[in-house]
Amino acid sequence: MHDLIVIGGGPAGLAAALSAWENGIRDIVIVERDKELGGILNQCIHNGFGLHYFKEELTGPEYASRFIDMLNDTSVKVKLDTMVLELTPDKELHIVSSASGYEILKAKAVILAMGCRERTRGAIGIPGTRPSGIFTAGAAQRYVNMEGYLVGKKVVILGSGDIGLIMARRLTLEGAEVLACVEIMPYPGGLTRNIVQCLQDFNIPLYLSHTITKIHGSPRVEGVTIAKVDGQRKPVPGTEQYLECDTVLLSVGLIPENELSRKAGIEIDRRTGGPVVYENLETSVEGIFACGNVVHVHDLVDYVTNESLKAGKSAAEYILNFNDPTGNSVSPEHSDISDIRLVNGVGVSYTVPQLIRIPKNLMVNSSLSISDPDIELSDQLQDVEVFFRVNRKFGRSRIGVSLAGNELARFRRERLAPGEMEKIRLPKSLLMKCLQLGLSEIEIYAVDEMTGQASADNANETKITAVSPRTVPAGSKSSDKIAKVSSAAGGSI
Amino acid sequence: MKKTYDVAIIGCGIVGAAMAYELSKYELDVVVVEKENDVCCGATKANSAIIHAGFDPLPGTLMAKLNVMGSRMAKEISQALDVPYKQIGSLVLAFDEDDLKTLDVLYERGLLNSVPGLRLLDRDEVLQMEPEISPNVAGALYAPTAGIINPWEYGIALAETAVRNGVELRLSSEVLSIGQDDENWRITTKSGDVHARYIVNAAGVNSDIIHNMTAEPSFSIRPSKGEYFLLDKSEGSRVKHVIFQCPSKTTKGVLVSPTVHGNLIVGPNAVPSERYDVSNTSDGLDYVRSAAMRSVPSISFRDNIRNFAGIRANSDNDDFIIGISAPRFLDLAGIKSPGLTAAPAIAVYAAELLQNEGLALSRKSDWIGTRKKVRFSELSVEEKNRLISENPAYGRVICRCETVTEGEIIDALHSPIPARSIDGVKRRTGSGMGRCQGGFCGPRILEIMSRELGIDPSEIIQDREGSYILTGQTKKERC
Repeated sequence: MHDLIVIGGGPAGLAAALSAWENGIRDIVIVERDKELGGILNQCIHNGFGLHYFKEELTGPEYASRFIDMLNDTSVKVKLDTMVLELTPDKELHIVSSASGYEILKAKAVILAMGCRERTRGAIGIPGTRPSGIFTAGAAQRYVNMEGYLVGKKVVILGSGDIGLIMARRLTLEGAEVLACVEIMPYPGGLTRNIVQCLQDFNIPLYLSHTITKIHGSPRVEGVTIAKVDGQRKPVPGTEQYLECDTVLLSVGLIPENELSRKAGIEIDRRTGGPVVYENLETSVEGIFACGNVVHVHDLVDYVTNESLKAGKSAAEYILNFNDPTGNSVSPEHSDISDIRLVNGVGVSYTVPQLIRIPKNLMVNSSLSISDPDIELSDQLQDVEVFFRVNRKFGRSRIGVSLAGNELARFRRERLAPGEMEKIRLPKSLLMKCLQLGLSEIEIYAVDEMTGQASADNANETKITAVSPRTVPAGSKSSDKIAKVSSAAGGSI
Repeated sequence: MKKTYDVAIIGCGIVGAAMAYELSKYELDVVVVEKENDVCCGATKANSAIIHAGFDPLPGTLMAKLNVMGSRMAKEISQALDVPYKQIGSLVLAFDEDDLKTLDVLYERGLLNSVPGLRLLDRDEVLQMEPEISPNVAGALYAPTAGIINPWEYGIALAETAVRNGVELRLSSEVLSIGQDDENWRITTKSGDVHARYIVNAAGVNSDIIHNMTAEPSFSIRPSKGEYFLLDKSEGSRVKHVIFQCPSKTTKGVLVSPTVHGNLIVGPNAVPSERYDVSNTSDGLDYVRSAAMRSVPSISFRDNIRNFAGIRANSDNDDFIIGISAPRFLDLAGIKSPGLTAAPAIAVYAAELLQNEGLALSRKSDWIGTRKKVRFSELSVEEKNRLISENPAYGRVICRCETVTEGEIIDALHSPIPARSIDGVKRRTGSGMGRCQGGFCGPRILEIMSRELGIDPSEIIQDREGSYILTGQTKKERC
């Protein structure tokens, strides 16, 4: 039996394995289906990676190689060109490879780091013909950046996810004409910096509140009809226009790859598409942890790294406990543990983690008041970072955290958008309060301070122009401010 | 010296393939000419994938006789030729009094057509068999012999077996005209002339055009488009049987069924169309979606992985059009639903008609009637290990959604009718059929094809001729 098996050798798996190693685990195996480590970073040859984690700007392959180099100094074993066919709840892995055939491995702990896949045409049901020349943005990226081939000469991009935006720039630089980026929502799906650097800098129009209503041509794409959509995302008759093109790129969302997780009986959150996880990234199956895009789709690889380091550390703690026959189990079923569920309030589409475990023995001597910032709390309890996305665009707003309807913490933001993952730090005093009150739910929600409502969809944004750079300063993001609970507020990374 | 074939079959969809398979049993020189670059590219690859029990066609018609016979044959042939087939039974749902009356009619018809095992079920029985069916259901007709099949693999297996038994296949050979040299037919195709004593017209949606090249016009094809959803395997066990709706005056109803691959198929509508218009429309898809929800309200359409459409070769005739329409010229035309089911029976019947027309049928002694292919994901651990030790390519999974290995893809590229496009590989191995729709495996299959076939990646096509994928190298040429 191995101590730890990591499924996936992309950024999440690499960081998780490294972190487990640094936390004392020696028998670690990474199983990777591709012929090399690095995952999708290998085809992300643009820069912009590592600004948070390495404090310098790297390309995708450079970012990956930093971790691969670090891994080379350990004795972590890597099985390349190896596919995991099945994972069982008791942590048996059925794997297959040309080199070793069909094998069954067993581990004390498993970390899921399988990443995500792209939504396809079928998932959104675009009418029209079914010619060649329709690519998911990531598949096109592979052809262009790794195989060295162009996928088309006149391109329309549906969806404004980050890969689509990056490919708009890439294809332009490779000599193709990118006619438009068409986004069904009234706001872009990707990061503001990518809207600016990949579309605006190249004068590629962004059509918000528009979609492709029909694909034309056979056997190759010959054009698309695009149309404006109404508030229900239904095409508005009379607004159609035809764009002649030979290629359509789809950047319409990413879906965590959890087929293995489902078969292992791991509880999946319908909202994220990933496993329900505790604050230590453990899933509903004891000893199976998850990190990176398999849990929820991240904006930046730096955030994936941070999450994965945490998962690696948690798995290491689990394994060290596992080795100690007198060690306390960290099983979620354990009666000494209390689960707090994070509830998505208005304006919030999901949170990660979904659950927080708190040892019940902290209840003793806990006549604490949450309003007292100087109170000393047990070391066993830590602040919990919560990642989430809002479900619409907000102007100046606050993120509220409430217990039983009482707002106990608030975090100010100048703006919020679904395309940008948000983070708040729940101070341990708040968790303590939750326990004291005997509550098992904490609600997180977003409120637009200008309207007082959890909605700021702006009809003006449906016009056919790129977002002006003046309205959204690239890269500016306000730091967290906490109104009531001040002591433990975390800043942005 | 020019070669004169005994029989030329025009079209290699399910009917042409079954005809070739049937004739390959005899000492004959047979050629199949096909317009597309692969077999089974028309209605055969885009339909409901159902082997119908046979209670629907009017008693006494060719359709009724050949449906019931074909249904039985499908079971045997799919086993012999290693084609995925499951006899899962079908239910025709009734929602009101009129529907219940229709069920009685269908039941009586089924008895007259000699469909085995038919049973009328009451509401409780239906809901017990299929808990996801709408509580509004009033009853159902159960046909235990109905089944599901992989339709294009069925066609490919029939055609491959024919080829292995000596039948010649000419792809990319659209028929331009038919004339006569001496006593024989001269078929002019895009790839040259073909001479044959007999012609079998199995040209599907174009069978009237082919007919009119040799005989007086006597029927016309009225193409009818049907649109579908194919849902993720997470929806694949939503129902366990083929779920039909009662045909009414206005519609034949929309079906919901598991597929042999474990997905859920939902469709079709029926709209008059052009011969080659297999595009999807938002109206069509909306109709199919809401009609299907009437049978099974819980279907999660957000788990849709692909839409497609197929063209029925409907005609102005209610029955199949099967007969000698010119000397030594046999029509197998207007083969609409249940054509997939009836195909092997049509071929047996057609061989008799050819014999009556003077074609001598003498059985081959060395006919090969079996086929076996590697389906890695279905093998036992021991079989997998044995296979990988013999050929390591079977240990490399290329299509992660459907677990298709490099070995299986290489097999498809070197099979009796070798795949020559990404979709050709897909039809033979299932690669790219899953939830990522080839996003991950597409580039890798292209790479394998380029290597195995010794051609540049930019020459690899997605499906039909002209469906190029890449437009050139990034660093060599500029757009």
